[in-house]
Amino acid sequence: MSEPIIEVTDLHKRFGSAVALDGMTFTVAPGRVTGFVGPNGAGKSTTIRVILGLDAPDEGTALVCGQPYQHLQRPLNQVGALVDAAALQPSRTGRNHLLWMARSQDMPTSRVDEVIELVGLGSAARRKAGGYSLGMRQRLGIAAALLGDPPVIIMDEPFNGMDPEGIIWMRRLLHSMAVEGRAILVSSHLMSELQDMADHVLVIGRGKVLADASVDELIAHASGDQVLVRTSAASEAAGALQRAGNAARVIDGNTISVSGLEAQHIVEVLSQAQIPFSEVTAQRASLEDVYLQLTSGEAEFRASSDRKAQS
Amino acid sequence: MTSSTSPPSRPTNDPRREGFGSVLRSEWTKLRTVRGWVIGLVAAAVLCVAFTFVVGHGNQEGGCTGPPPPGSGPNSPGTNCYTGHPFVPTGPNGEAVADSYRLVEQPLSGNGTLTAQVTSLTGLIWTGPANIAPSLAHTKPGLAAWAKAGILVTPSTHQGSPYAAIMATGSHGIRWQYNYTHDRPGLPGAITNSAPRWLRLTRTGDTLTGYDSANGRTWHEIGTANLAGLPASVILGLFVTSPVSFQRSSSGAPTQATATFDHVTLNGRAVSDVRQSHSIGTGSQDYYPTLGTGSAHRPGNTFVLSGSGDIALAVNPLAGGDTASSSLWFGLIAALIVTIVVATMFITVEYRRGLIRTTFTATPQRTSVLVAKAAVIGVVAFVVGALAAAVGVPLGMHVLNGNGNYVFPTTTLTEVRIIAGSGVLLALTAVAVLALGAILRKSASAITTGVLVFALPYLLGQLLSGSAQEWLFRVTPAAGFDVLGVLPHSAQVDYPSTIANGYYPLAPWAGLVVLCAYAALALGTATFLLRRRDA
Repeated sequence: MSEPIIEVTDLHKRFGSAVALDGMTFTVAPGRVTGFVGPNGAGKSTTIRVILGLDAPDEGTALVCGQPYQHLQRPLNQVGALVDAAALQPSRTGRNHLLWMARSQDMPTSRVDEVIELVGLGSAARRKAGGYSLGMRQRLGIAAALLGDPPVIIMDEPFNGMDPEGIIWMRRLLHSMAVEGRAILVSSHLMSELQDMADHVLVIGRGKVLADASVDELIAHASGDQVLVRTSAASEAAGALQRAGNAARVIDGNTISVSGLEAQHIVEVLSQAQIPFSEVTAQRASLEDVYLQLTSGEAEFRASSDRKAQS
Repeated sequence: MTSSTSPPSRPTNDPRREGFGSVLRSEWTKLRTVRGWVIGLVAAAVLCVAFTFVVGHGNQEGGCTGPPPPGSGPNSPGTNCYTGHPFVPTGPNGEAVADSYRLVEQPLSGNGTLTAQVTSLTGLIWTGPANIAPSLAHTKPGLAAWAKAGILVTPSTHQGSPYAAIMATGSHGIRWQYNYTHDRPGLPGAITNSAPRWLRLTRTGDTLTGYDSANGRTWHEIGTANLAGLPASVILGLFVTSPVSFQRSSSGAPTQATATFDHVTLNGRAVSDVRQSHSIGTGSQDYYPTLGTGSAHRPGNTFVLSGSGDIALAVNPLAGGDTASSSLWFGLIAALIVTIVVATMFITVEYRRGLIRTTFTATPQRTSVLVAKAAVIGVVAFVVGALAAAVGVPLGMHVLNGNGNYVFPTTTLTEVRIIAGSGVLLALTAVAVLALGAILRKSASAITTGVLVFALPYLLGQLLSGSAQEWLFRVTPAAGFDVLGVLPHSAQVDYPSTIANGYYPLAPWAGLVVLCAYAALALGTATFLLRRRDA
């Protein structure tokens, strides 16, 4: 993976007595969609606001392209953000909303019309934004994020209120932008929204990162390398596997659970011992299961490949 | 994927930071793309002009004076009816003046000196009801502080002519005055039997010099005046006048003064031997309220003159009360309130909608954003105020003149100042309430506070009177309205120099400086908070 483009290091922030960020640390790499997931109140939005220079952390740093956001030159050309799709002046047209943003970065008006086409807002762009549906507002917000053609795109809960068609469109868009080499950070409080889209997931709870791993790693971890074996001779099978040096546990009369051995080896061991079996299945947890497991127990997990992020 | 975006490039270290110009253009785009705000700002200017017209239109001048017609009650209007305003003389520098007095003169040819001893100066004050013409029938003794008796030189008895005079006054001692606005003190003290005063006026070419003396032997020069273009033959004589007293009533009571002159000596060549007595500026068409037309007689070697009126700057309420800005203020307050609403919402709406975060992600330099917003709303408010006044001032004066009102003469420079000042007034207020919006972040509370702090003092100031009113127009943001002041204060006239009469306590630009201080304070606080607070 190439150099991280967002580097968040040890962020701490309190709102009164409530701890919002408690050592938030992660990096976001270009070329992939990074899911930023956690329950409401976990600190996702606060972290995003700190990255965008809107909130000041009590401690820690957030760098974008190696600099604090406030130091970025023409920041919309480097970071496109969708923080709140409802953040519109209702009596201003969508096009004029994009126009003032373009003016602030010295962009030509033609770019405004390009992004309007890109998000499929078309004729609605010349209507007052106050009359937009939630989905149209989301598209306008995305158009605003894409205005500067930035290498970093940050979206806070972009799927909220979107119809299924819109969600599919959004996933494709984000995926294609990641393929183009951009760093995409997408937050959600629902893991299911990210499951088929995120290449990498940051699970957040109580102001810090609980898991920072690729989707496959996370699932593998949650499954705990468990393999289920169905056999009519459960106790013999367990004995054979234990003799082979593995933990095997009889769950019921014809099912045993094995850990520490891949399914392929289990088949070999059982075949050699001539123990009949009907099924050997690697147990796969869903991303949702992992998420619930992590956020309820607040256990921390980091894949080896990302350990360097934790200093 | 239908993206037309090119593959992202690494951020280059482009040395061109987005300049302040782009922030300005961005904020200008924001302002002009909300139709309600544009309509509001246009309406502010239109409202100002419309109110100016209405106020001017409702102001009609005319009336009746003189004795009531025979057979009618004592409270009936007089028979001497007129439309339009009475005559107000204009002084040598285009200013409105009072020029009403009793004069006993002898034309002087070339240089010369007139000397006289003032041995007594007494007065009468009108005590009759307001609805009958002042006469000597209802008076009580009393000498006005600025009652004047002395020697005067002038090229003409036309009202408003240039002059110079040495005089004894009711309670300001001996004074040397010329051309209505210049004044220098001489010997102090009132004229009594034990302390008469000697006065002397010398003409040498265009130069006139005033002297006083307690004994007629030792003379002190008080001052000189240069009346350029004085003709060879001038009018030189004794005069007495006595101004309206506002001590007992705000409408004023006319007074009369009587002086006795002794040892009247002319050194110089008189054109004729005959001394003529004139009553100047006391006719029914003259604006200055007088108590009779005065008189002059010569018991023995003395001259006894009675006179009523004043020789000084014209003041309100005597002159009728209208100025270039007198119809404007009400409309300007209306425009101000509308501007306050728009300027406040220019930022509070962003807070309400969370749009401020988008703004700060586009321009993380928050001070730049605030300054750009202030510049945009300030310039727009200036244009609104200046345009409204540029139409309102001439329109107001035209309507007032058409209705027969007297409008104090105004120089073009003063009109330009009122027009620009109205613009600056709206601009500073707009900047101040924008900052207030950034501080409070809520439309309702910011607009309420803005109206309370920046518009209410003006309205309150129109209702209050006396020192409370003056205080409001000195230290509150209402001081900004002092820029509408047209009438100069005169220290040589006792009159109610109230705001209702068109007199503002501060110099025009000083008033704007006070308002500017409020705007700077609000802007400073807003900048501090913007940098400190999370967006």
